[in-house]
Amino acid sequence: MKKNKLFISGDEAIAIGAKLARPHVIAAYTITPQTIAVERLSDMVESGELKAEYMHVESEHSAISACMGASAIGARTFTASSSQGLLYMAEGLHYCSGGRYPVVMMNANRSVALPWSIYGDQRDSLGLLDSGWIQVYVEDAQEALDMMIQAYKIAENPKVLTPMMVNIDGFILTHTYEMVNIPEQEKVDAFLPPFETVNKMSFENPKNMGFSSQPIDNTEFKYQQDRAMFDAIPLIKETDEEWAKTFGRRYHGMVENYKCDNADYIIVTLGSVCGTTRIIVDELREQGLKVGMLKIRYMRPFPEKEIQEITANAKAIGVLEKNISFGYEGTVFTNVNSSISKTKARPFMKNFVGGFGGRDITKQEIRQMFATLKEQTEPSKTVEYFNLNVATDE
Amino acid sequence: MNSPDTILAPKRITAKNMTEKEFFYGHKACAGCGGSVAVRLALKVTGERTLAAFPAGCMAAVGFIYPQMAFQNNAIITTFPGVASMASGISVGAKALGLKDYKTVAFAGDGGTADIGLQALSGMIDRGDDLMYICYDNEAYMNTGIQKSGLTPYGTQTTTTPAGKNLPGTKTHKKNLFEIIAAHDIAYAATASIGYPQDYINKVNKAKQIKGPSFIHVYASCPTGWGTPTNTTIEIAKEVVDTGLFFLAEYENGEFKLNKNPKEFKSIKNHLSKQGRFKHLTDNDYDIITKQRDMKWERMRKFWTLP
Amino acid sequence: MNRPVKQEYNRPTHIKDFPVGPQFDAGHLADENAGWRTFKPVVDAEKCINCLICYLVCPDGTIIKGENHVSVAYDYCKGCGVCANECPKDAISMVKEER
Repeated sequence: MKKNKLFISGDEAIAIGAKLARPHVIAAYTITPQTIAVERLSDMVESGELKAEYMHVESEHSAISACMGASAIGARTFTASSSQGLLYMAEGLHYCSGGRYPVVMMNANRSVALPWSIYGDQRDSLGLLDSGWIQVYVEDAQEALDMMIQAYKIAENPKVLTPMMVNIDGFILTHTYEMVNIPEQEKVDAFLPPFETVNKMSFENPKNMGFSSQPIDNTEFKYQQDRAMFDAIPLIKETDEEWAKTFGRRYHGMVENYKCDNADYIIVTLGSVCGTTRIIVDELREQGLKVGMLKIRYMRPFPEKEIQEITANAKAIGVLEKNISFGYEGTVFTNVNSSISKTKARPFMKNFVGGFGGRDITKQEIRQMFATLKEQTEPSKTVEYFNLNVATDE
Repeated sequence: MNSPDTILAPKRITAKNMTEKEFFYGHKACAGCGGSVAVRLALKVTGERTLAAFPAGCMAAVGFIYPQMAFQNNAIITTFPGVASMASGISVGAKALGLKDYKTVAFAGDGGTADIGLQALSGMIDRGDDLMYICYDNEAYMNTGIQKSGLTPYGTQTTTTPAGKNLPGTKTHKKNLFEIIAAHDIAYAATASIGYPQDYINKVNKAKQIKGPSFIHVYASCPTGWGTPTNTTIEIAKEVVDTGLFFLAEYENGEFKLNKNPKEFKSIKNHLSKQGRFKHLTDNDYDIITKQRDMKWERMRKFWTLP
Repeated sequence: MNRPVKQEYNRPTHIKDFPVGPQFDAGHLADENAGWRTFKPVVDAEKCINCLICYLVCPDGTIIKGENHVSVAYDYCKGCGVCANECPKDAISMVKEER
């Protein structure tokens, strides 16, 4: 009997998703908590289950460089990283999007040193929001697996041709186990066509690639990159619809609106904490409170229109993120607030910042966030560190 | 790794029998550029099914100025530290796609090889990826304006190692790049100079036959950075070998082999004093340079196979 | 084609005509290098023994092989003088450009 459900970790779900997309080349350097994903892929290559070249590169910089090289000859590529490794790749991330190489990577969201911490927050990928990659954040292992396959379809679309990063919370998702539906290979093959691009070397039509531009045309290439991101928005939605038709699971494209329609108080958040927030929304709704959650799935391209529509009638909005841009506010907040500020709506805006280096975000803390939103009667301090363990002088 | 008898002895390449097709043409390198000679000749040996990779550096800067594309074959600019890994990716990607009959070649300068690119190069050799790596050594970061690299020799004046009352210019000697590469137990590595072009192209041809990584360190003069007339590019690169400051050698089947063992060295002083970058050298500096050369040759003559 | 030739190049006027990503046709030349020269190499066909040393060492690939002697592709010769310096028969002289 074919097993189409497995009890697996987030990392394993990523590995299976990547395998089903049939990459030609995998180049990755290990870093906790990404390791299990690349270990499983190595197993699959060893067993012959996955016909791919696995490159044992000596660094993340080489991982992304190797992927770009392989992509430039027309190969489908996969890499995976996290935290310091992602930062070590930073040059290559910009290079890859500028080169229009649709590499797909998994990033296990992890804290950034110093101080050292192998545990999760989202400061690694959010710090690289401007690197020109499509960034999606997943809530559970199933979404992680499904997004691996969707990622190739979106990234490789000729109108998009932009690399894509699937972000999955370190440990909370990478190392916890869930029942995950495994799509059938034939269905995946029908969903995801082989990689075709004009942006590659060929013997029939040789190319000089990755060239330098002069001031007279550099802006045009950057404009193209920017347009490609916007062109991805309708495709992200279509791809998700097509996925739903084929596999019966739907993630609602750019964002998920969870009970926001008549909500007075909305928490906007992303990643695994959406799971906890959902429970609190249900609980408070049962108590008659008009609350909702807006799950951001894509940070780039940014779901501006969706956020504007969904939050239009809210009284107060809290952005919950495991991230801070020191000296200002959380980057997710900045983006959300910017979207809302372009409308007539003037809800109270709060930024709940915490969960750094693996610190748990509890149900009680989320209850308290909704309570804080409800109490807003006039503008107050934007950023609130909601789970500091000590008193401060503020 | 290639076993000794899998490296075929290829037919000798000469100016007469090599392809007339120019693959590196219309580029914007300085007049008399030695790096261009190294790249141009290598591509004429590896041919039109070459997949060439260049990190940020002179050849990238002069060959890919949109819309002036100076390579007739497939070529790409890579990340600066990542030429070896990006070229590896090309080679491995081509293999995974089932392409046939191609050669991937990475070209990088001394800085791109011995400094910022060394880690990726080590990884490339370690993995056994099928590609040739050519380091064109003009002994400093020329593209950015003549700054010291790990292959800048003792006494060289560069823009970051100025010579003055307190310093002789560069205080360190060249890294032993060829032996660092050989220490990976690579199937084939060689040194060459554009001053001995016949030797160089035939080493490229030999490396081309290797299935796996191969490496060539080619000395390539730079009139702009060295303060030499544009017409002496080849002369200087020949003379450096004749003075013993550079050597022609191969590493094959686990053995080092000197290709040229001059009975007498030409004058170091005469050679260096022609170059603006060495104009300031004192007799003490010449002593240091001579001693270093002699030590190196004593060791090579003792342990390496002689021609 | 042994050497690519300069092609007429019209800068795109609409964004759709730009290459997708920074890639373009190999060997596409929009510009010549002749203007760089102060001196130009002139080959004395009588003296040239067709040894092809100049052909080998030209940084720009602008020495053209011939039946009995070499000639120069002046569109892309930068006038560095390497060919003249390496010629064993002094068959190449560097002559001041007249413009």
